[in-house]
Amino acid sequence: MALHFELVTPVKLIRSEEVHMVVVPGAEGEFGVLEGHAPFMSTIRDGAVQVYKTAGSAPETIEVRGGFAEVGENGLTVLAEHVEG
Amino acid sequence: MASLKELKGRINSVKSTQKITKAKQMVAAAKLRKAQAAAEAARPYAERLSTVMGSVAGKIAGQDNAPLLLRGTGADQRHLLVVANSDKGLAGAFNSNIVRAALSKARELREQGKDVEFYLIGRKGRAPIRRAFPSNIGKMFDTTDVREPGFNEAERVATELMEMFEAGKFDVAHLFFSRFKSALAQIPTEQQIIPVPAPKVAAASDAAVEYEPDEEEILAELLPRYLKTQIFGALLENQASEQGASMTAMDNATRNAGELIKKLTIQYNRSRQAAITTELIEIIAGAEAL
Repeated sequence: MALHFELVTPVKLIRSEEVHMVVVPGAEGEFGVLEGHAPFMSTIRDGAVQVYKTAGSAPETIEVRGGFAEVGENGLTVLAEHVEG
Repeated sequence: MASLKELKGRINSVKSTQKITKAKQMVAAAKLRKAQAAAEAARPYAERLSTVMGSVAGKIAGQDNAPLLLRGTGADQRHLLVVANSDKGLAGAFNSNIVRAALSKARELREQGKDVEFYLIGRKGRAPIRRAFPSNIGKMFDTTDVREPGFNEAERVATELMEMFEAGKFDVAHLFFSRFKSALAQIPTEQQIIPVPAPKVAAASDAAVEYEPDEEEILAELLPRYLKTQIFGALLENQASEQGASMTAMDNATRNAGELIKKLTIQYNRSRQAAITTELIEIIAGAEAL
């Protein structure tokens, strides 16, 4: 029941891990991605991506700029030009 | 015949040159490893982006409302040649190969009656291109203030190119750089970057993908990013190529210096022997005369 989450910048692959849920600041509002999400593509506005490792845990936030999210069969991929922290 | 002292001097000078080339070779080897790692690290992003581009662009390409960057201006008159070089020499034919590829393309375009303009990245391409096309150099992008051109530089170049394109300064842009094949082989490569060549359409996506906002807007946002990634990729390839070329060139130089030293040493020893023999003969002749 884990979602495969990848965060990639032009410089390197920052994250590639199994998580519970990721909340992404989409261009038209935040959306949460759980496992088994329908195929989906969205641009991201600059802001924080929240990563929930397990169901009840506190989210880990990652600041991204210039991003793009893709949900496919093999999980969620966030492409970001810049990642802070 | 050179005197002993002169020979000794030459041997020493070749030896110190050899030390320099050897050091440069080792530095290049270390940097090559780093550059290769950087190129490796950049691959996932580039791959994913082109897959996404492929699936989105496939749906939109050919339509009239496709973004300008994808569609082009419709003309094919003014060409911009973006030439990526390094800032430092001592890399064998690395820079001159890229310049040669760019110049031959420029001549070909000029023979077809097209307008040619150059956009130069890096310092080493400036002089030879200015010699061949003194009046066609549009802009020189300076990378001497950073140690290694990275994504920020690629971003600045891409932004500048897109501004020029939107201002209608050119119709087609080509990028020249050196593709890294191995430490021994780097291939000067030409690639059209604007209008963005439609990426290969990915095998018809199975599931209906939802887009937010719609496809066109996503594509409009993806194209500049795609361009940046292409330029960034080229800069990375260039860096790896430069270090590879430098390593090979310096390896050759070190070996040649070694051969030269060997030859000079033999010559030195021969002259020394000759001098000793002459001295002995003189002494013996003197003793016999008594």
